[in-house]
Amino acid sequence: MKSDKIKFLVFCLIVLAAPVPLSQGYLTNVLVFVGINSMLALGLNLLLGYAGQISLGQAAFFGLGAYGSGVLTTHFAMNPWLAMVLVALCVALFAFAIGFPVLRLKGHYLAMATLGVGVIAHIAFNETVDLTGGPSGLSGIPNLSVGSFTFDSDIKNYYLVWSFALVVILLSLNMVNSRFGRGLRAIHDSEVAARVMGVNARLMKVQVFTLSALISALAGSLYCHVMTFISPTSFGFNISIELLTMVVIGGLGSVYGSILGALLLTLLPELLRAFQDYDIVFYGLLLVSMTIYLPGGLVRGIPALFRRVMPARSGHA
Amino acid sequence: MELLNQITQFVISGLATGAIYALIGLSFAIIFNSTGIINFAQGEFVMLGGVLTIFSINALKLPLVFAVVAAVAGTTLVGVAFERLAIRPLKDATPLALIIITIGTSILIRGVVMLLWGKDTQVLAPFSGNEPLHIAGATLLPQHLWIFGVTILVIVGSRLFFHHTISGKAMRACSFNRRAANLVGISVGRMVLFSFIISAALGSLAGVIIAPLTMTAYDVGIMLGLKGFCAAIMGGMGSGFATVFGGLILGMLESLGAGLISSGYKDAIAFLILLLILFIRPQGLFKKGETERV
Repeated sequence: MKSDKIKFLVFCLIVLAAPVPLSQGYLTNVLVFVGINSMLALGLNLLLGYAGQISLGQAAFFGLGAYGSGVLTTHFAMNPWLAMVLVALCVALFAFAIGFPVLRLKGHYLAMATLGVGVIAHIAFNETVDLTGGPSGLSGIPNLSVGSFTFDSDIKNYYLVWSFALVVILLSLNMVNSRFGRGLRAIHDSEVAARVMGVNARLMKVQVFTLSALISALAGSLYCHVMTFISPTSFGFNISIELLTMVVIGGLGSVYGSILGALLLTLLPELLRAFQDYDIVFYGLLLVSMTIYLPGGLVRGIPALFRRVMPARSGHA
Repeated sequence: MELLNQITQFVISGLATGAIYALIGLSFAIIFNSTGIINFAQGEFVMLGGVLTIFSINALKLPLVFAVVAAVAGTTLVGVAFERLAIRPLKDATPLALIIITIGTSILIRGVVMLLWGKDTQVLAPFSGNEPLHIAGATLLPQHLWIFGVTILVIVGSRLFFHHTISGKAMRACSFNRRAANLVGISVGRMVLFSFIISAALGSLAGVIIAPLTMTAYDVGIMLGLKGFCAAIMGGMGSGFATVFGGLILGMLESLGAGLISSGYKDAIAFLILLLILFIRPQGLFKKGETERV
């Protein structure tokens, strides 16, 4: 387990140092969103990659977090930190409550049910105009602040978002190697076998679903305070699909894979700005071809490729 | 009296959209029964039906009948390509992999259509004019009659096909037990391909006949597909009358809810019904529960 700690420390150093060569550039701003997307992707990966339960409604929890914080801080002038905690707890409670009926479903039915939750949430964001501002969005959300220090620049937001992300990553790494994490993987391999071995599969699935919703809601709160403006398009079905693509590309069941996926899929649209409408085609191709040819994702696929190529080369020499 | 007329009106338009959901639901059930896959790209077949018809009429200057045939044939080709390129290479794929693949295919199809024909809504003229018919105080559009007619034809046709032809019976055999079907000499692989062909054709036909009422665009497939799935779930994923009833009930509830409660929440109503059915009666409205097989 020592190498895991070293890996995490190295990763922390990279995160700390990353903005230095970028100074205050535009890329720092992009990296803020990489941090938020990393949290979201990781939340989904805990559920999908470890417990093997799909959710196509992650954007709903992300949106509930963002709108919860946004509405409480603008309409009710609540302290943003208090709002963040309150909203995260409420979203977790909500996920826990719907988790029991939703996670009784399996496979395709589970996918459809979570998709349904996502679509209903998206419609609600659009229709509750009095609270959310409807399709035209909610503006004037305050930045987060501690005392007189306000997180109002890209670089400040970068360290804010990534300190949350690092905590989530550390917790995930610990959880994965715990009794709970092993139970989840047992459910992934065979739910019946896991139950026979004494794993409380039903409860554990709901617990990891709740955890994943909680992480998504936190990411949502951060997102709304970083952006200071939110609208329903940021929490639609496409976002759920984007998150799914991040997890699949990075590698199902790999913590660092989710971060790699989030990094690639957040940077890519920025790099491909000239072909902005092509990105949806590209996501489709990626999802299909990765699942067929590289089901382990990049994190496992690239080392495997290396191993396949390297011995062949040394054989020649 | 005013309210009663309104309700009649909502029921009629609800039945028409419900018939569409029924057709899409049937197309879901056909693939599910032969492969065990819920095809998330099903809605894109529906969208392709409408969009390709409009393209054939406007760009290729085909008359309506040929345009419809061309659109259905085109969509069917897409279905075949999908089965050959994305489904067949994965022999023992997990449900998770199949979900991700069909979702990927659906956004791929949507994206390509968006690049080719843009994001604007496209209009298809009604098949026989827009002169409304007045029946019992409610208005009925000629397009509604087309929808009811085509739906009835399709239901009768599929009943005949699945119960009275060798291919149809072979496909049903596969849905009951693939291994046993294979042992008596049915080529399961071919039946899977057939099911994609029939399903794509059916889905695109639904897309063609609904297009004059609702207009169409590259992104209409998501909603239509999901509601068709809802109909199929209500019918217990069978390919018979239960799914048709499911579609009609869904269409009516949605139309009444939109008319009497709030039109903004129209789509939410369908999904609430979907969730309720999945939670309470996942085996469908009309079936008895089955024991879970491991």
